[in-house]
Order: sequence, then structure tokens, then C-alpha cells
Amino acid sequence: MGKTIAEKIFDAHRVDHPEKDIHVIRLDAVFCHEITTPIAVNDLVSRGKDRVFDSDKIKVVIDHVSPAKDSKTAMQGKILREWAKRHKIRDFFDIGRNGVCHALFPEKGFVRPGYTVIMGDSHTCTHGAFGAFAAGVGTTDLEVGILKGVCAFRSPSTIKIDIIGRLPDGVFSKDVILFIIHRLGVNGATNKILEFTGPVVDAMSMESRMTLCNMAVEAGATSGICNPDMTTVEYLWEFIQNDHADKESALATFKSFHSDSDAQYDQVIEHDVSRREPMVTFGYKPDQVKPVKEMASTKVDQVYIGSCTNGRIEDLRVAAQVLKGKKISDSVRGIVSPATPKAFRQAMEEGILKTFMDSGFCVTNPTCGACLGMSNGVLAEGEVCASTTNRNFNGRMGRGGMVHLVSPATAAATAIAGFISNSGLYKGSP
Amino acid sequence: MKNFSGNVLFLDRSDINTDEIIPAKYLTEISKQALKPYLLEDIKLEGFNSQLDVKGKHVIITRVNFGCGSSREHAPWALEANNIHLVIAENFARIFRQNMFNCGMMAVELPDQTIDGIFKEFAGKETHLETDFENNAFIITADGHQQEISFSISDFDRALVMTGGWVDYADEKY
Repeated sequence: MGKTIAEKIFDAHRVDHPEKDIHVIRLDAVFCHEITTPIAVNDLVSRGKDRVFDSDKIKVVIDHVSPAKDSKTAMQGKILREWAKRHKIRDFFDIGRNGVCHALFPEKGFVRPGYTVIMGDSHTCTHGAFGAFAAGVGTTDLEVGILKGVCAFRSPSTIKIDIIGRLPDGVFSKDVILFIIHRLGVNGATNKILEFTGPVVDAMSMESRMTLCNMAVEAGATSGICNPDMTTVEYLWEFIQNDHADKESALATFKSFHSDSDAQYDQVIEHDVSRREPMVTFGYKPDQVKPVKEMASTKVDQVYIGSCTNGRIEDLRVAAQVLKGKKISDSVRGIVSPATPKAFRQAMEEGILKTFMDSGFCVTNPTCGACLGMSNGVLAEGEVCASTTNRNFNGRMGRGGMVHLVSPATAAATAIAGFISNSGLYKGSP
Repeated sequence: MKNFSGNVLFLDRSDINTDEIIPAKYLTEISKQALKPYLLEDIKLEGFNSQLDVKGKHVIITRVNFGCGSSREHAPWALEANNIHLVIAENFARIFRQNMFNCGMMAVELPDQTIDGIFKEFAGKETHLETDFENNAFIITADGHQQEISFSISDFDRALVMTGGWVDYADEKY
């Protein structure tokens, strides 16, 4: 019987099988940020276990609240900084070099096909875009990851999402994943892996695949995953060129992880996107999704473009294309946070930041801040935000605030209109 | 081993996420005890008062997909700071469930009819739940009425509860 990509990765990393459905796997990378790691560090110290399994496999960033907004967040940064120094962790990204973890670490080449990765952050599933098994965990799992380089998971039962057809102009991977979450429900994939396949995924950039995988957890999934291909190889080439004779041989190596044609899936869902429209969430759950045109009179106070879902250069380019030569509504506060210094610099060099500023947007440094209502764009009671982030939970961007999740194109069009609106890039019914 | 018995807090809603259990603005705390006053502060639940309704409760019974969303272990810690070590639901989000057992606490799943039956019989009443860990049973009591319900957890989860969590278990074994 054939195996899925996730099963093959588990097979290559299993160190223990304490019972039928539990697999303890070896980790290739443990990612850390300043919200969930300091408590793990303090706990390790208090247990007399202030050790790390491999300082080269631990990657650390301060991203959630950057720059620090108060004494407490400053202390979280300080604990992380001192810990990284103490254990000679070389890949530590402090302010000036920091970015949103799930955008920054792929850019640095830290995720490779076939890898296993954990982080104390639910959107770690993003890295599955590279054909890795990457999962969000709590602080205790992170602590054990740091200490021993292992983590326990249930068997990687997989739902295959075969995305077929042709993506219409003005419809993006964000719209596709919102619709898939709508179909699955917020716990439709709990304890499962979502494997994204099909011609639409094959044609997607790594950035678009990361957007897909990023929101797998919003359907409850342990991780999203894509089979690595030449797009993956091209993205990673600068980091892997010394390990492979050429791109073809790198691809051949990565293909050994591909799901077999006779692999067993929990479920196979075919999803034709040819008639898909731009989508938006309503309510307080990410599976409450409808076409943008059905929400078109909804007034917004703020538009936020950024985050681990949609703060990459591709997202900024699309938003700028919509904003070019236009002004945002007087009643809207527009905030854009390029997710990494590299995306920021590229946006600067391509004139994208100027387009944002000319249109009336505020450009902030890379940080997670506003997405989870911690800093850089918190909502007041009763305010409404169209956001390219990943969660519309009650209070998520500020107590009493309402969040509508959209693609960068829809966010930009909404900023111009002052109410939720389709972008001109979408040629279907407005 | 922690205490898994006490008065019951009924949360009659599905998909309660960890932002509702402990809002992100409190994630800057670096001690578990500091989270105590903020448990369930942002929950969307008609008539619920997080200041009053949590007091004196040590067990939560709820519906589907409890603990979804953010991976923050602050959610189990906010429960722990309020001496709530047991949550019973139809099912849980993966990370939350694992976090509970990793901390030596319990997230126990019961079939939907059983959960429904418990809500019908006990919700709205002063209810006490006694956990018989050895025999995999909950004894639920209210108004002189008593019901015994059996539960099952895996051997791995049981080992985590008994050793007090994943750190000691893993450091010894791997």
C-alpha cells in the first residue's frame, strides 16, 4: 500500500511509537518567538534543564510585538535575547532583521522538503508549503522540542484537497482557502493533514502556497502540505545549491517524499476554482464565508494588509496594483506591514511603498502586532476592520472589534471604497 | 497527580477559541498565576459573567471543538490558575488537547449523546463531578440525582497525567 507525503516524513523521523496512534518524531527545526518561548525558557531554568538539543536547529525571532510596546513585552524580548546568547543560537533575528516568523524563516531557507518543524505558534502549518511536516504546538511541546529535539503526534491521517480548474483573474489563494475552510468547517480537519494538490496548486508561487497552508489550522488541521516541485527547488536554490549537482537532481531527491499514487487518504475533495469569486468572512469564525459582493455595503474603519497569511512581496504587489493612482477613503485608516525586511526592501525598490503612502496608507515595520490585537493597529469597541490576516475571532484585533478576512486585492479595494468591495482585478460580477 | 473533581461550569457553545479563553493582550504575562483574573474574559456566551461564573468551579463541560485557534498554552494555564484541571467536551482542537495532557491536566472526550444528556439533566443546576481516575468514571451529582459515566483516555495520556506532564516523561525517555 502506498503512503502519503506526511506518512513518509513520519517514517523517516520516528524515534518511538509508545502506542498505536502516537508517534514520537525527531525534529529538523524548532522555531521560537517571544510570546510562547520565554515561559518555556523560564520553566527549563527552574527545572535545572537549561539546555538545547542543537543550537543550529533552533531559529529564533522577536516578531509578535516589535518594537516592544511596554515593559512586559520588553522583558519577553530580553529573556529570549539572553537565552539565545547563552546557548550560542546563531540564527536569532532581533529588531532591524526581524520579520513575521512564518514569512521570515522560509526566506532564510530554514525549511526544506521532508523536514519536520515545530513552533509554539498555530500558524506553523504555513511551512508545509515546502513539503515539510510543520505543526504548531503549545509551550510544553516547544520546551521538549528545545530540550530533546522530539515531539509526539498522532498518525498523520490526510485529507487530500485536489484544486482543479483555472483561477479567475482577481481571485487569489486567500479566496480559495477561505472557501475550503467554509466547506470543511472550523473543525472539519481536526487531527488531520490537509494535502493540497492539483494543477492550480502546481501553478502557484511559493507565496501563494504558503497562504493556503497557513490557514489549514483554521479548519482544525495539524498542518497543510504541498508536494515539492520545481517551484520549491527554485525558491530554495540559493540555500541548497551546494547539496545538489543541479536543480533536476534536487527535484529528484525531493520527489522521494511525494505521496504515492495508491496512498490512502481519509477523504479526497475535488475543488474546482474556475467559478470561484473573491471571498470575505462574516461573523466570528473563519468558516463563515461569503462572496465579497454579498457583503458589499459593509462600512469599515480600518484596512490592514500584512501578517503570516498575506504580508509577502506578492501580496504587496497585488495591493499596490489596486491602489496605484488612487486615494483611500477619508473614513478609513489604512495600515500595511510588510512581513519581512526583505519584502519591505523589495517593496521600497519597486515603488510599492510609495504607492501605499501616496494612497494614504501608513507603512509600519514588520510585526505580527495588529493581527492578534497586541500592537500596531488595535481596534476600538464597535470598529470594523477588513484584514488580510487569518482570524476573525471575537476580540481578535481588539475587544469589541469586528474583523472581515479578505485577500490583499479586496483589502486595497475596500480601503479605497470605504466599504467592503471587489477589486477591479476581478472581472466577474462586482 | 492533580485534582479532577469539583463543581461544574457549563459552557453551552461550540468552537470556543483560545482568544476567548485568554485574550492575546495578556500573553505578555510571564507567570501562570497572573492569568487567573482573565479566564474566559472575551467569551461570546449569552448571560455569562467571567468574573462571577468561574468562581468555585473546577470542571468545565462544553460542546464541540473546544480550544480552537491559537496554540497559546496560556489557555490551559489560565484554567490551571483557577484550579480547573478537567475539561469535558465532545471533542477538542488538537493543540489545546495536547497542551492539557502535557501539563498533567485532562481534556476528556465523550460522545455527543452523552454530552447532550449531561446538559439536559444538569446544566443550570449546582452540579458536582467526582472523577474516579482508577476506574475511568465520572460521578455527576445535582439535586440528589446521580449519574455515573465512564470515559477512556489513551495509555500515553494516562502516563502524562500520572507523571505530571510531558517534560519529565520525555527527558527521562529520549
